[in-house]
Amino acid sequence: MNRPVGVQFMQGNEACVYAALDAGAKFYGGYPITPSSEIAELSAKFLPQVDGVYLQMEDEIGSIAAIIGASAAGQKSYTATSGPGFSLMQENLGMAVYAEVPLVLINVMRNGPSTGLATRPAQGDVMQARWGTHGDHPIIALSPGSVQECYDLTVRAFNLSEKYRIPVILLGDEVIGHMRESLTIPEADKLEIINRKLPTVPAQGYKPYQTDEDDIPAIPPYGTDYIVHISSSCHDESGYSHSAPQTADKLVQRLHRKIDKNKKDIIQVEWFGPEQADLTIIAYGAISRVAKQAVINAQDKGLSVNLLRLITLWPFADEEVKAALEKAKAILVPELNLGQIVHEVERLNTFGPPVHSLSRIDGEILIPAQIMEKIEEVLK
Amino acid sequence: MALSYKDYLEQSQLPHMWCPGCGDGIILRAYTEALAELNLAPKDVVTVTGIGCWGKADDYLSTQAFHGTHGRALAFATGIKTANPDLTVVTLMGDGDAVTIGGNHFIHAARRNVNLTAIVTNNYNYGMTGGQYSATTPLESKTTTSPNGVAEPGFDVCFLAEAAGANFVARTTVYHAVALKNLIKEGILHPGFSLVEVISPCPTYFGRFNVHPSPVNMMNWLKEKAIPVQKYRELPLEEQHEHFAVGKLVKKDRPDFYTTYRRINGGKKGAEEGDTNGR
Repeated sequence: MNRPVGVQFMQGNEACVYAALDAGAKFYGGYPITPSSEIAELSAKFLPQVDGVYLQMEDEIGSIAAIIGASAAGQKSYTATSGPGFSLMQENLGMAVYAEVPLVLINVMRNGPSTGLATRPAQGDVMQARWGTHGDHPIIALSPGSVQECYDLTVRAFNLSEKYRIPVILLGDEVIGHMRESLTIPEADKLEIINRKLPTVPAQGYKPYQTDEDDIPAIPPYGTDYIVHISSSCHDESGYSHSAPQTADKLVQRLHRKIDKNKKDIIQVEWFGPEQADLTIIAYGAISRVAKQAVINAQDKGLSVNLLRLITLWPFADEEVKAALEKAKAILVPELNLGQIVHEVERLNTFGPPVHSLSRIDGEILIPAQIMEKIEEVLK
Repeated sequence: MALSYKDYLEQSQLPHMWCPGCGDGIILRAYTEALAELNLAPKDVVTVTGIGCWGKADDYLSTQAFHGTHGRALAFATGIKTANPDLTVVTLMGDGDAVTIGGNHFIHAARRNVNLTAIVTNNYNYGMTGGQYSATTPLESKTTTSPNGVAEPGFDVCFLAEAAGANFVARTTVYHAVALKNLIKEGILHPGFSLVEVISPCPTYFGRFNVHPSPVNMMNWLKEKAIPVQKYRELPLEEQHEHFAVGKLVKKDRPDFYTTYRRINGGKKGAEEGDTNGR
């Protein structure tokens, strides 16, 4: 394939595929679903051209299982889906977290629950991305707000996944996935590409889950001299099943620690508008674009409003949101759901400003005028 | 130096947890002997398991291993084998993993003809969770969730694999230990999807409720039920229903998934090369 470079004009879903290939992905396992299918289609076209494989599985349970297997065999792997498929992937998503198998899962969110409105946007899977699989576990989820970010954050999703050996969810939405706009694709040698670390100890006596102070295991693909034992059951450093209470505790604590202590590296936000404002909007994904326009419109009306745009959704940007709560007189959280991220903001609100939610769940996007109306109501 | 079955066992994890009279130990021995006789290095073999009594087998092995979620072993294995065709991939599944919760993956792995081997231990019930009925439990058998007899007929695992397109299909029992080892060897060597179904005694549950709680009597029961396939095909229908066929049931040479994918789609590892390792 000819790798596009420089200024391009394309869909968000297309940008995800070019980014995955640039990140070094060689394996896609998936099941077509609206509004993510363009990712499957382009992957089917391009992956064989880079000696990769597009594998269309029988369902989304098998899709995520196949990419976990392919990743364990050494190929950077990804899948794309939407709400119903994301629900089916939850059990094995937890397995990838627990067994520390890197992968990228692109969820182009659509209106739900259930089959819902297949072609209409929503942001209803935010809490599912965090807590959808059972048991205590960390997760990383990134939220693109433009076609440029579909590209940039897909590359970043692979990098974070490889670096921390954890599945990374690119939590997009139908608006961003299907929107066409220009983006700039960097020269290949300007991209930072991170690959999983490999063991430096001898193969004899190697324990795949033995970590040093960074808490991240160095696990090679199957087929080298190192014997790799990967397990969905509670396992000790050897990877073999071990059910002692201290083993269970130690493993899950370490899984959290390797993410918690790297929040500075993982969490990205963007501030937009005046540094100090009476009202701060906290938004993400497609709605953060609408919020930007609302900030501009508010300024034109002489209202003091700014925006904290969450690029990393999970782990949650506690420090940045606390800073917003400390400075603003009121907070507004517009979302295409009945209020999900707003509860995270309320959780951190020991500072006192009222936190307002603005919801829309009819399959239509919030528009700047609706946010403006709410701003005027709050600041009245 | 010749390899022994012991080279594939993780001694530190033994003894195993299976009940006295369970067939799993015999199948584990046959599998490891087959690997040794094929002279496959443990590092080049990935054993993929699911959940259940037989799903514990990976813990006793020194090969590369992937112990996944219940019913998904073939989906994980499809990813592993397709991402690195040089690996020998063997999935160990029970009747629950293979054709009950994982039935969808089973038929599609056979249809795709992924070049791997599935050793399916069929003991007609869920042993690990206490003897409930599965999709292979024969009609009217008593289990802990069918105290009056199960109202569903069971799958014929081999027939299912054949109908779905598997290249190699064989059935045997743990009573026929040498044949079991040889069929596993042949399944591993045969390109495409290979199934070796092993009828195995569960004296603790299925046997106790339906046949006999004694392991010896369960072994005799397997011996009486198993009829070599040629002879079985000549039996009257009523007698076929009382028995099952053992031996090689299907052997075809349909190209495997990876070879076909490369032939159609190209890539550096082109059509003529494909997945040539015969495993």
